[in-house]
Amino acid sequence: MGEKGISRRRFITGATVGLTSAVLGMRIPVALAEMDHDMHTSHSMAVSGRSLPPIRNGMHDQGVADILTGTEFNLVIDRTRVNITGRPAWATTINGRIPGPVLIWREGDEVTLHVTNNLDEDSSIHWHGIILPFDMDGVPGVSFPGIKPGETFTYRFKVRQSGTYWYHSHSGFQEQTGHYGSIVILPKEPDPIAYDVDYVIQLSDWSDEDPDTIYAKLKKQSDYYNIKERTVFDFFREVQEKGFAKAWADRKMWNEMRMSDRDLSDVTGYTYTFLMNGASPAANFRVLYKPGQKVRLRVINSSAMTFFDFRIPGLKMTVVAADGQLVKPVTVDEFRIGVAETYDIVVEPQDEGPYPIFAQALDRTGYALGSLTTDPAKLAKAPPMDPLPVLTHVDMGMAMEGMGHGGHEMGDQRSQGVGSHGGGHSMSGMSHGGGMSMAGMKHDMTMGDEKVIPMDMNPDLPQVPLPIKKGPHTTMWAQNPQYRLNDPGPGLRNNGRRVLTYADLKNFYPTAHWPKPEREMVLHLTGNMERYMWSINGIPYEEADPLEFIYGERLRVTFINDTMMNHPMHLHGMWSDLETGDENHIPRKHTVIVQPGAKISMRVTVDASGRWVFHCHLLYHMGGMFREVTVVDMKRKA
Amino acid sequence: MKRHIRAFITGIALMAASSGSWAMKTADPFLVKFMADKLEVANDTDTTKVWDVQLWAGKDWHKLWFYSEGESANGGTESENMLTYSHPIAPFWDAQVGLGWDVSPEVDYSWGVIGVNGLAPYWFETQAHVLIGEDGTLGFRGSFEYEALLTQFLILTPEVELSAYSGDIEKLGLGSGLSSLSLGLRLRYEIRREFAPYIGVQWAQSYGKTADFRRAEGVQTGDTTLVVGIRMWF
Repeated sequence: MGEKGISRRRFITGATVGLTSAVLGMRIPVALAEMDHDMHTSHSMAVSGRSLPPIRNGMHDQGVADILTGTEFNLVIDRTRVNITGRPAWATTINGRIPGPVLIWREGDEVTLHVTNNLDEDSSIHWHGIILPFDMDGVPGVSFPGIKPGETFTYRFKVRQSGTYWYHSHSGFQEQTGHYGSIVILPKEPDPIAYDVDYVIQLSDWSDEDPDTIYAKLKKQSDYYNIKERTVFDFFREVQEKGFAKAWADRKMWNEMRMSDRDLSDVTGYTYTFLMNGASPAANFRVLYKPGQKVRLRVINSSAMTFFDFRIPGLKMTVVAADGQLVKPVTVDEFRIGVAETYDIVVEPQDEGPYPIFAQALDRTGYALGSLTTDPAKLAKAPPMDPLPVLTHVDMGMAMEGMGHGGHEMGDQRSQGVGSHGGGHSMSGMSHGGGMSMAGMKHDMTMGDEKVIPMDMNPDLPQVPLPIKKGPHTTMWAQNPQYRLNDPGPGLRNNGRRVLTYADLKNFYPTAHWPKPEREMVLHLTGNMERYMWSINGIPYEEADPLEFIYGERLRVTFINDTMMNHPMHLHGMWSDLETGDENHIPRKHTVIVQPGAKISMRVTVDASGRWVFHCHLLYHMGGMFREVTVVDMKRKA
Repeated sequence: MKRHIRAFITGIALMAASSGSWAMKTADPFLVKFMADKLEVANDTDTTKVWDVQLWAGKDWHKLWFYSEGESANGGTESENMLTYSHPIAPFWDAQVGLGWDVSPEVDYSWGVIGVNGLAPYWFETQAHVLIGEDGTLGFRGSFEYEALLTQFLILTPEVELSAYSGDIEKLGLGSGLSSLSLGLRLRYEIRREFAPYIGVQWAQSYGKTADFRRAEGVQTGDTTLVVGIRMWF
């Protein structure tokens, strides 16, 4: 019954496949030389001399994106009629497509981007994960006034990094309706990652519903989109398995707290169609390779609300970068990609394939699907989805003894010690997990610096005093939140695959010399699912003072997740250096997933003056779980 | 009465106007929800039509909440209505205060109302209101509902409703003590979340003085009916 909505949608989508022609991936130039040669560095031209495909019936073609390169770019935001599910709907597009063009920049260049807003409301583009002056950051009301209807705003900044990033609207709910695209920055120095072909895999969630309607529905009935809720038969089955007393006792806490162990995503496949580079599963996005080639996939999660569990059944994936920044290659079978995160992976298919590129939504209500294939006519089928994840007491931030009833998964046990002695544990997690692989490497030039320096995960730092407000808008406060860096998260624990965890992310370059934090700021991620109210420290954005970062400081930010869902926390303008337990391999991120009931810490070098924002990247949490950040210069102040 | 209603409407308008205008979407938009929990017909001799509807309008911390419940048979209509201000006091509870009015072909009767609406542990949707009548009589009206999911869209809803009064209100035919108790069991199928036809069975019984009043009028003091109806909201 729960599948009903989806299968119907899939049927309709299937019927339109004939109309959606080119869902072939376009290769990113591997090197600057190739780029100069192939593309003449002109802006706004499609790769391989291919012109824009014809517009059919006013609908756009799924899975076709332009690749733009050079130093000057024209981007036009439009309201466009699209057909993704079989029914026409309105979308917000950039240069007429979903996603918008792949922008290829070069580290060290100054780029100029003219962004024209053809909507009848304000718009904006935020360059996600890009280090730039604050007035180029694209957050209306904070960095700039926004782009008014009919206006063109010119962004100009120097590119000071390389890797995979993305861009999206920071105005209202436009991002949900298609206002996003990808950024690939080619490095100045030769890339230490070896690969032959290079593609962007941009994942997203699409709904024919208006996002304002989705939000209103969540406010009126917060479980509106939950189509995997517990039924009475689940309870009967548990009674049969463990007896009435035990089954009842297991339900007791959840029932008393009025929380659901199936509350995984707020918005699901009940309304969403999951897209890969704008192509629905029926359109089946295609990545071409030749057997033996090293294929680099730049996976970007541009969803409004959806976490994906990503794998390519039949292939090992070597993760080489996270959030655009190089990590020591680690070979896995699967990884969870949170909203706004990016992972670069390298795969080496030896035979003809095709292999499914399979990204199932965390809530298992659907998936994005593509094919890694040698022949565009040979398509891979999706494997069956995994069982529905069920939340445990650990995901509520409860004490470990609480695990006796409930989930009792080894994944939780494994993570138990991480808080006290993080370094050692993250290493052991790696050694029996499949470990590191040099498969994707050109040279092993960094092999000399393998030294692990255990990190003090409970440093005694001066605390930044921040107000906290408890009340009807905050359902729970985690009693015993733990660092769970080794925990792949609900649904991935002990699934028989080697799953990436944050403990596996090790900066490619040594970080022992990075400064230690001087101050700590604790941010509780709070909310009330039933009322659909979200906040930080119990205070929603509209009532909150800006957070003050001090220019030049090294700040430790510790998140405590007092809710039962993942929150991808994104700080603008400065890197989020993730504490994984090893001082010498601190990975740099721009988006940090805070798991349900968990805590996690990151370090920020406050080297960017101005006004920034810091927020949960789930689109419908953002209005409340959002802060402005002011970087204050104490020297100038004094 | 009318004056109060006008004041409430002005309140709504003011709240709507104060919606934030941040570049960010406001997290707390002004919303209106209409919910017809029951719109049904019973299989009794009069084919009684029954409604139980709510409407709220407002924002997270301030809502106006209107309730109307009643039945219509043989051209006669009786209803119990409340208009309250609703404010969150706990994660799962709103406190409500306002006015109530009972309407029947013969009489109107007004109440002051104070109560709660929320979700009790074990997921019981609860509405409980204490009423202070225009002649000083105290009343209690409560309803408790549970949603048992047979599937994600087929939902069985047991419900208990009861009312009790501190004294007799003869013109309404209500007597002191436990006045009425009803048990319902409805099975609905959500074609969409917002639209669900249902079938059900409803058992109702009057007690004490209320039952006496009804007997005197020649009305049944209790019956069991089959019902068919529609639950919808937007």
